Amino acid sequence: MLVNQFLFLGAVLFCIGVYGVLARRNAVLVLLSIELILNSVNINLVAFGALWHATDPANLSGQVFALFVIAIAAAEVGVGLAIVLMIYRNRRSIDIDEVDLMKG
Amino acid sequence: MGSQGMLVADLLVAQNIAFYVIAVGMVVSAVKVVTVKNMVHAALWLVLVLGGIAAQFILLAAEFVAITQVLVYIGAIVVLFLFGIMLTRAPMGRSTQLDNPAQARAVGAGIAVMLFAVMGFALWDGFQDRQFGQILVQRTAQVSDSIFSTYLLPFEVVSVLLLAALIGAIVLARRD
Repeated sequence: MLVNQFLFLGAVLFCIGVYGVLARRNAVLVLLSIELILNSVNINLVAFGALWHATDPANLSGQVFALFVIAIAAAEVGVGLAIVLMIYRNRRSIDIDEVDLMKG
Repeated sequence: MGSQGMLVADLLVAQNIAFYVIAVGMVVSAVKVVTVKNMVHAALWLVLVLGGIAAQFILLAAEFVAITQVLVYIGAIVVLFLFGIMLTRAPMGRSTQLDNPAQARAVGAGIAVMLFAVMGFALWDGFQDRQFGQILVQRTAQVSDSIFSTYLLPFEVVSVLLLAALIGAIVLARRD
């Protein structure tokens, strides 16, 4: 298999996620798109990890970093959804265009 | 990678077919995630993308990460998203308030396409037709050895961060 197969798949998913973040107005769907972005990065990390592992069998940094990304993503979803819930409770809406309190 | 790489690649026809079948399914599902009008359906399409990624990890012989992906993402995070959808407004049918106006969407699509053009050029320039050669199985024991020796400090930092995030989420979402 080519290394580029996996890297291009990651790039496609990343760009779809970026489109989702820019095109969606609902905060929960923006968080879903951010998950797409994080997962595309994970594909790259594991692919590079497999590439390194073939030359240096003791080196598993790619997989370990992918696990860290999964853990951070779990934390991010927890805090993000809590924030979304609080915004919804205060404003009865999770339209991110209306959340402009901190706009300069 | 030379003639040996080509030989290994010739033996990987089944893996290549599996890769492309799963990849096409993942890309279609990902497009559905960002375009579908029903929030619950978007979360369920995301399950297909995440499952496809776990399958790609299996193709890369990274079994532990694949299992973790299924457990953490499909098992926990998607359920969390469904909770979030149901606790906020919960429109179970189609909803019209999900997308920005067409103009903003076109700008987003343009940015995404340009980003892909740049990344695609960089990737093609950097790796061209480099082969994986032989993908060795990366055993769970090796992963744990790596985490608990080389990456012990980052592991502990991540555990503290998870605790902080959980407490923060509870404090934020608590009704007082």
